Amino acid sequence: MKLSQLNPGEQGTIVAFTDLDMSVKLMEMGCLPGEIVEVERLAPLGDPMAIRVAGYQLCLRKNEASMIIIE
Amino acid sequence: MASTIKIALVGNPNTGKSTLFNLLTGLNQKIGNFPGITVDKKIGYSKLGGDKLAEIIDLPGTYSLYPKSRDERVVFQVLADKTNASYPDLMVVVVDATNMRRNLLLYTQVADLGIPIVLALNMTDMAMKEGINVNVDKLAERLGVQVVAISARSNKGIDALKRALLNTSIATQVPGADMLALAPEAIAKSKALLGTDEDYYALQILHQHAHLDLYSTEQHQAFADIKAEHGFESSKLQAAETISRYRYLGSILSGVIVDTGALRKFAFSDKLDRILTNKFSGFLIFFLILFFVFNSIFSWSAYPMELIENGFVWLTEQGHAHLPDGVLTNLFLDGVVAGLGGIVIFIPQIAILFAFISILEDTGYMARVTFMMDKIMRKFGLSGKSVVPMIGSLACAVPSIMSARNIESWKDRIITIMVVPLVSCSARLPVYTLLISLIIPEKMIFGFINLQGLTLMGMYVISILAAIIVAFVMKLIIKAKEKSYFIMELPVYRMPRWSNVLFTMYEKSKTFVLEAGKVIIAISIILWVLASYGPPKRFNEIDKKYALIEAKKDSTAISTLERDKAAERLENSYAGVIGHAIEPVIRPLGFDWKIGIALVTSFAAREAFVGTMATIYSVDNGDEQVGTIRNKMAAAKNADTGLPVFTFATGLSLMLFYAFAMQCMSTVAVVFRETKSWKWPVIQLLYMTGMAYVASLIAFQLLK
Repeated sequence: MKLSQLNPGEQGTIVAFTDLDMSVKLMEMGCLPGEIVEVERLAPLGDPMAIRVAGYQLCLRKNEASMIIIE
Repeated sequence: MASTIKIALVGNPNTGKSTLFNLLTGLNQKIGNFPGITVDKKIGYSKLGGDKLAEIIDLPGTYSLYPKSRDERVVFQVLADKTNASYPDLMVVVVDATNMRRNLLLYTQVADLGIPIVLALNMTDMAMKEGINVNVDKLAERLGVQVVAISARSNKGIDALKRALLNTSIATQVPGADMLALAPEAIAKSKALLGTDEDYYALQILHQHAHLDLYSTEQHQAFADIKAEHGFESSKLQAAETISRYRYLGSILSGVIVDTGALRKFAFSDKLDRILTNKFSGFLIFFLILFFVFNSIFSWSAYPMELIENGFVWLTEQGHAHLPDGVLTNLFLDGVVAGLGGIVIFIPQIAILFAFISILEDTGYMARVTFMMDKIMRKFGLSGKSVVPMIGSLACAVPSIMSARNIESWKDRIITIMVVPLVSCSARLPVYTLLISLIIPEKMIFGFINLQGLTLMGMYVISILAAIIVAFVMKLIIKAKEKSYFIMELPVYRMPRWSNVLFTMYEKSKTFVLEAGKVIIAISIILWVLASYGPPKRFNEIDKKYALIEAKKDSTAISTLERDKAAERLENSYAGVIGHAIEPVIRPLGFDWKIGIALVTSFAAREAFVGTMATIYSVDNGDEQVGTIRNKMAAAKNADTGLPVFTFATGLSLMLFYAFAMQCMSTVAVVFRETKSWKWPVIQLLYMTGMAYVASLIAFQLLK
């Protein structure tokens, strides 16, 4: 399942990334495999999304979130 | 002699690095440039105690040594190059105590470069409040580095930090995660090539040598060969490095941090976010804030701007009264002082706009605005981060272009800079109001909508639409060099730091005056010369003619004599000659040579329009005199046809020209400064002026 498919309030554990370059940036920002992510809210127009990960709030576009595989 | 050491501040964004920099250096700072890069170099000086002076450089905030934006690239460029003027003797790595693990990733990277480090653990008071306890001694022992707990926000621990910096026996930190294991053969060869002992430095050079201008073509080729031979895959290795570093940090931090309040620390921010990023209240509050900011820029700056204007008028009068008459005095007063006045007048608006931007950023609200607007802006080739400059340019494009620096993506930033001057700024307002009063009747529609006001609003709407359309076109033309990310931290809401707000106001105003000022003064002097001098033969004739009239002592002629003479001199000055010369080009737009002169002088600044019109139609200058300029302009007849000059078609055509044309030296100067090349200001000048010409041409030809 992709992170972009979660609704606000739902959470999952990061398993893998589908884009290598993006994975470096995401991991540097604390989105590591094994981390729990929770979707906090969507922007008023449905994109981007705000997630809680590694003890802080991060926002990213849905197409970026779709590169994060969770379970 | 006092000895100076160079200290670099390194850290993640939002860690309070800049606050610490301001605390350490006070107003004793300057902004320079990193050679060849668009990023400002902030340097300041700090007395550490005794006779030790520290030169402190504030490096751009970054999450890792692998850069994702131009700003971030600077960090490794400075740290990789021992010959760089900014190469530090030691580094202060600023770490946010409320988010240690992510912050320490960068620490482990820079620590492996072999430069001595002091770790400043910032926001320790915040961390305590949030239930995070950090065992500082244990952390220092495990990392093998001095750790100082500070709170830059409340000015705590700064003396302890200075003492730590003075301690010359700074231990080089113990090595962290094993980097050699990532690519042993390639690193060994790179080390041999570089003649260094540092594994990680050799690895970083393999990753990033292409972005450093330290090496010859052969050396770049040698690095490329090493990478090809050993199957060096940059992204894969970076990913592996990051994972290995986090694993190492996991073991370092276990037992060092005790977190007891994980649940309640975001409660307040969460509640605010629910209101501020809500579908309805979110946008409503955003527009209310916008309205307030926009309104304040106008109303709060009115008084100081008037003071400045009067001050310069007084200065010029005093100058003319007390300095000996002559060309030099005139050049100094009407060229240099007038030019200076034209710069200083912008300071109130710049200071107020940046005060607001600084407050909105400091509190964390700006990140939410970007978050809310990103989807709309992306459709037009912009990003959520373009919102701030676009709004600001309703007041003035100059500070807005400066604020576009916050946009990491190069392409988004360039497009923003390119379209921002299209948005109608406050300098167009006097032009619009004068022309609207000429061509639009003062009528009410349905009894309550003012037709003139409606037209004015229409001009603003047209300008914003134009900006959006041009952005959309540029999105298709400009090729991006780097990937655009929108992965961004949403910091928790905090109170603004007032000292930072003041610093920002001071710093932005100073930068503007010094940098853009040089160009504006130069252009003002050129314009003064063009408007004051003409072909000597013609000027001699004018002088003779008026000497004759004066000799007659005709009382009715005398009163208007000086003005008539000034008007005739202007017509025959080089500016007037230019006006006549460009007349064939601007005639299809409905403009005559007099408007031509105004177009030429307006190139320095649009505000010059009213003043030039006033001089040409020989009316005393001043806002309260708009009525008389208006009447003179309304009465002006075309010499050939005998019809009025300012018809509806000409007026509208002229307004459209002022809406689209790039007639602002300050903007050209600041675009040059921000993009560090003449390419972008020239493209901007051409496309905007071209657009203005076409729009005016169509309007005039359809309506005449």
